[in-house]
Amino acid sequence: MTLEKTEVSLIGVAVALALLSLVAPNWLIFTTTLAISTALVVMGVVMLMRAGLVSFGQGLFYCLGGYAVGLGGRFFGITDALLLIVLGVAVTVGVAMILGLLVTRYREIFFAMLSLAFSMILYGVLVKSHGLGSTDGFGVVDWTILGFLPGSGESSSRIALLMALALALGVALFLNRYFRSSIGLACEAIRENEVRVEYMGISRKQVLYINYVIAAAVGSIGGSLTALAAGHVDPTMAYWTVSGEFVFIAILGGTGHVAAPFIAALIFTLVRTYAIELAPNAWQMILGIVLLLIILFLPKGIWSLFTRKKRVAS
Amino acid sequence: MKKSNQRPIWQKTLLGTATSVAMASVGVMGMAATASAEESFKVGFVTFLSGGASGPFGVPAAQGADIVIKAINEGSLPAPYNTKGVNGLTLESVVVDEAGGPTKQVEEYRNLVQRQDVNAVIGYISSGDCLAIGPVAEEMKMFTIAFDCGTSRLFQEIEDPQYMFRTGLDAVADNVGAARYLAETRPDAVRIAGIQQNYAWGQDSWQDFTLAMEQLMPEAEIVNNQTPQLFQGSYSTEISALQTQRPDIVHSSMWGGDMESFTAQANVRGLLSQATAILTTGESGLHRFDGQAPNGTILGGRGPFGGFMPENDLSEWFTEAYIAEHGTPPSYPASKAAQAVLALKFAADNSGTDGVPSSEQLAEALKGAEFESVSGTVRMALAGGHQALQPMSYGEYHFEDGEAELRNVRSYPGECVSAPDGYNAQQWIKEGFPGVDCN
Repeated sequence: MTLEKTEVSLIGVAVALALLSLVAPNWLIFTTTLAISTALVVMGVVMLMRAGLVSFGQGLFYCLGGYAVGLGGRFFGITDALLLIVLGVAVTVGVAMILGLLVTRYREIFFAMLSLAFSMILYGVLVKSHGLGSTDGFGVVDWTILGFLPGSGESSSRIALLMALALALGVALFLNRYFRSSIGLACEAIRENEVRVEYMGISRKQVLYINYVIAAAVGSIGGSLTALAAGHVDPTMAYWTVSGEFVFIAILGGTGHVAAPFIAALIFTLVRTYAIELAPNAWQMILGIVLLLIILFLPKGIWSLFTRKKRVAS
Repeated sequence: MKKSNQRPIWQKTLLGTATSVAMASVGVMGMAATASAEESFKVGFVTFLSGGASGPFGVPAAQGADIVIKAINEGSLPAPYNTKGVNGLTLESVVVDEAGGPTKQVEEYRNLVQRQDVNAVIGYISSGDCLAIGPVAEEMKMFTIAFDCGTSRLFQEIEDPQYMFRTGLDAVADNVGAARYLAETRPDAVRIAGIQQNYAWGQDSWQDFTLAMEQLMPEAEIVNNQTPQLFQGSYSTEISALQTQRPDIVHSSMWGGDMESFTAQANVRGLLSQATAILTTGESGLHRFDGQAPNGTILGGRGPFGGFMPENDLSEWFTEAYIAEHGTPPSYPASKAAQAVLALKFAADNSGTDGVPSSEQLAEALKGAEFESVSGTVRMALAGGHQALQPMSYGEYHFEDGEAELRNVRSYPGECVSAPDGYNAQQWIKEGFPGVDCN
């Protein structure tokens, strides 16, 4: 198997980030870990967008992944981070396989609203679960990775980043190939013209279903990583404003490339954290203006900056 | 596709400039944050500046803290805080918005400690944020004071706390106090109903209140509890449901705008002429009801705060300074924030070191200490010296000639409303308050 150019650069960037984490300040390491986790969920949104569907309920899978980590540690005594993430993915895939049967029959606003409804149902159930701390949520147990306890302080957040980087790289490499596989291309074809796809002998239902389940699994990994890094889970993860944020970051980055959600999530997080520092009373306004400007000048997302340069060069 | 290739030059220049300015400013800010760390004592103050909790809690708390911080730097506080600065250093505050949920607060907390190099953190109104911050504060070894959050799980979840402190009471004290006040002043009440916001705070409050009522007023019957959504605003269905149950007492842990609108609506609908409302956070509405709550409504202030502050030099100074600045007496969140800042000054002044005290020295000084505050003498006597033990007060609202006041105020000592160390709060209530001391 030979590596193509995108894959080489993805691996290169991941290695560069891993090396940078040795010298970067600790807060940046933590922020980057959260941005990568967010980007994974956004990746799920992008996958659906490529098939012409906008999900306002990706928080459902984000929350399932987070709660699987929290509950798995608390009630089943699992402390291995990778095992917890796998548990999250298994639960999420199970849920998505059932929900997918229903929601992939719908398009446009109906899909958006239905996905939103399911994530709000989970939110409602968690709020009513007094034993799980209701809206306060609960703490995640101290985790280990491959039998090694990362301890506390700087080394712990660096290990969390390295784990997030490795998983994100895996997902990005997979999705990069997936987007150009027959099923990935079929998704784009469905967005353009569903009827024609059916005439070509491809089952749009099957394609959308598989795409939906994979998007859910990727979102779950993002939720699990967030829970492991932040050390706390709460029902807000399934609230619709969180899902809205994912959609927003997806639009910010654009659907052009597998790296776009990562760049967009990092920019979003950095702009937000500096806005909070600079203007504690008006940070939402700064965030809003910056995002508005990006959308005005880069309607195809931040990724269009890169494609334009390439075209100019060629 | 072709269109996006042919951007006018001015757009390209603008984008390019914007990107480089952004990059440069990120770098400059990073440098600036580390430069000024040594000359002053920097405290991060985290409170709601946006969202539903900002109006009634977050902003008054920020204002209360601001007044005390200013006075500390001028040296104009009454004794024993009449020295300038904290441990001789100028107190500088960095205010951060608490909105956005626990994950974001963990991120911002790390940024405060590592990017802004604060020497201590005071903050957190939401219990979820407190629960998430507790373990992080311990991990990062940063002296942190929770000034308002009410969850009784805070110190259950941290084994052997070192750096996390809380200078207020938990919600158990609110509701045990409420049950005690009812048992003393309304011993004949039989039918008890409740209305709580549908989230952790409401559920916990109602649980603690009903458990305490079973012990203190075993004759009383719990007839109904309504759980409207947070920030619902209109409560006509709930009020009708409550009215059909003919309660004598309506207990509510609702806060802020929700509490005020419920009271106003229930008053107009006549519910509050049948029943007396006991509002565990009602003090924040004391100067805002303007007669919209009937006289005799029972208000709590989550401890001896706001209108329940005892008369001492500090509370008189604070009330005057707050009125002078904002035109209204301080509500309980403002006094709780002031108390946390005073605790910080106490800890810094008594750290026994020159220059900026370390988190360890601050924690050592505050652990198990007794310090003077706007709410009287505060004893850090619970959770191994990390949690304040304070009296709980309730009183009746009276509004006459445009003046609101609290009457029939009763105060219960800390040992009367808070579980001793080592007890789970709910277990303590169920076992009939072992070790209780109400005198």
